[in-house]
Amino acid sequence: MRIELQNFTKRFGDTTVIEDMSLSVASGEMIALLGPSGCGKSTTLFAISGIHRIDGGTLHFGDRDVTRLPPQDRPVGVVFQNYALYPHMSVADNIGFPLRVQNLKPAEIKRRVGEMAELVQIGNLLARKPQQLSGGQQQRVALARALVRKPDVLLLDEPLANLDAKLRLEMRSEIRRLQRETGITAILVTHDQIEAMSMCDRIALMKDGRIEQISTPGDMYERPASRYVAGFLGNPPISFLRAEANGQLTIGADNALPLPHGTAARGPITLGVRPEHFGPQHRGPSIAGQVSFIEPQGREDLIDVTLPCDQRLRAIVPAGHDIALGQPVNWQLDLSRVHLFDAEGARL
Amino acid sequence: MNTKGNWMLILALSLISAPLVIMYGFQLIDSVSRPAPGGIIPQEWELTNWRFLWTSIDSARPSIWRVTFNTFVFASATALLVCAFSITAAYALSRLNFPARRFFLAGLIMLHAFPTITLIIAIFIVLQFLGLYDSLMGVILVKAALELPFGIWIMKGFYDSVPWEIEMAGVQDGASRFRVWRELILPQVKPGLSALLIFSFLAGWSEFILPLVLAPGADAQVLATYMNAVIADDTRPDYGLFKAIGMFYALPVIAVYLLFQKRLMNIYGGGTKG
Repeated sequence: MRIELQNFTKRFGDTTVIEDMSLSVASGEMIALLGPSGCGKSTTLFAISGIHRIDGGTLHFGDRDVTRLPPQDRPVGVVFQNYALYPHMSVADNIGFPLRVQNLKPAEIKRRVGEMAELVQIGNLLARKPQQLSGGQQQRVALARALVRKPDVLLLDEPLANLDAKLRLEMRSEIRRLQRETGITAILVTHDQIEAMSMCDRIALMKDGRIEQISTPGDMYERPASRYVAGFLGNPPISFLRAEANGQLTIGADNALPLPHGTAARGPITLGVRPEHFGPQHRGPSIAGQVSFIEPQGREDLIDVTLPCDQRLRAIVPAGHDIALGQPVNWQLDLSRVHLFDAEGARL
Repeated sequence: MNTKGNWMLILALSLISAPLVIMYGFQLIDSVSRPAPGGIIPQEWELTNWRFLWTSIDSARPSIWRVTFNTFVFASATALLVCAFSITAAYALSRLNFPARRFFLAGLIMLHAFPTITLIIAIFIVLQFLGLYDSLMGVILVKAALELPFGIWIMKGFYDSVPWEIEMAGVQDGASRFRVWRELILPQVKPGLSALLIFSFLAGWSEFILPLVLAPGADAQVLATYMNAVIADDTRPDYGLFKAIGMFYALPVIAVYLLFQKRLMNIYGGGTKG
């Protein structure tokens, strides 16, 4: 089911949290609302679910206008960060609750709960209470409960935040599998860029109640629309260098780079260099500095290079090098992969 | 654990509570024995002090069983009323956004700390006007009303500790707000509810001033006023009898405390899940 949010505005009291935001999600697509806490991503999610009233704009599921529909009547399943399982009910009763509300026959409820439990692989846990389950199992129950009444839209609010690292990895692919198998349109709210990139078809990166950029994970990583986007995606993060464009790029007094092709910018600009595009193993113009930090990672090392102008670049260097702390280096930069931003942070 | 320190602690606590324990002990002993005049050592064991259970101790007095029944009705009706109003009012104060909510919350705290006995004359006039003066019904209503601020406050604390997400999940699952409250939220505050039920029952059981002032007649007498009347009437005080009646009056309270200690502690724990 296609989701179309148009000119959405949300106010809490006198504060406008989100103004004039538009978002459309294609049928069967899984999209991530990514951003730091307080950027309005959960607010948007709960406006789509119906828990928050929409103060301005419209929301359509397919051709149907659901802007004024109460949450009970929206064909939406929600998974909450803390799962919000009903503690006094067994797993089967938890999953069956949305069906009992619809007054279905007990036999029908039992059949559909069984089906759903098989789908999320908890068929053997139906008699347990939520406290007796591990985090990952609780998460599966929450997913089953959200999907059991066959909603058109699945909303996930930080579903992996309460899990430990290993389970997070497992549930990441599990949620994606369920979404693909059911073909449901899904929106995932997260502050974790890796979650967003690995699970979703597209990412909407939010900042201060606006969508900064909306694109596929690969495109957003390769062509960030702004300095903010470039800084948000990538681990280890991108390094930024202040530079002066005057026919060439001057970085401090000692380093200068040719301007990349098709750039006619002048004045102060910012260079964004990802650590995988800088190092002794690359080809291109070189930058001189001194090794100021080495962080071994096993397969590769992260090496910080401090330039004479006291700015810092980070490089990923394959393990097995003989670089020492304090050593002066003159390493190459893959100039075609460098991002340029103007003084306001917009991509050049 | 330091055993020596423990023993010191136990000794200190025993010394402090000794007067109370001695009083309780003699209340029990004296109710089934007769001491020498002026002495405290029991001379012979007898049950005559408990005669009020099977005979009328004097002609004008209602039977003890009738009075006990009244007390039970008074205490349980109060407890039920308090609980019924507390679970709904506290939910509204905890979760619903309605006009003047802050005013009601502030009022609740104020009423909770208010010395209610200063209202007794106004209450007397209101009951008289309603024709409920000198009836059990009237005292029940007054006692329940005065206990409500406490009950609502306690229950609000329990509701506040239930995560919002459970409620949001219920609504999203298609249930009405009322159904969410009945089937999903109420079970989470059950420990608080049972504690409040017991607590307000005991408060009703031990209430003295309200029945004394608002229902002085023989028909609506409760154990507290009955005992008071026996003591006040007697020209030649029979302390053995007073102690036996006092014992009889206190037994249910002791039993309830022993049985439900754990649940009562929930109230003071402030909303932990039992």
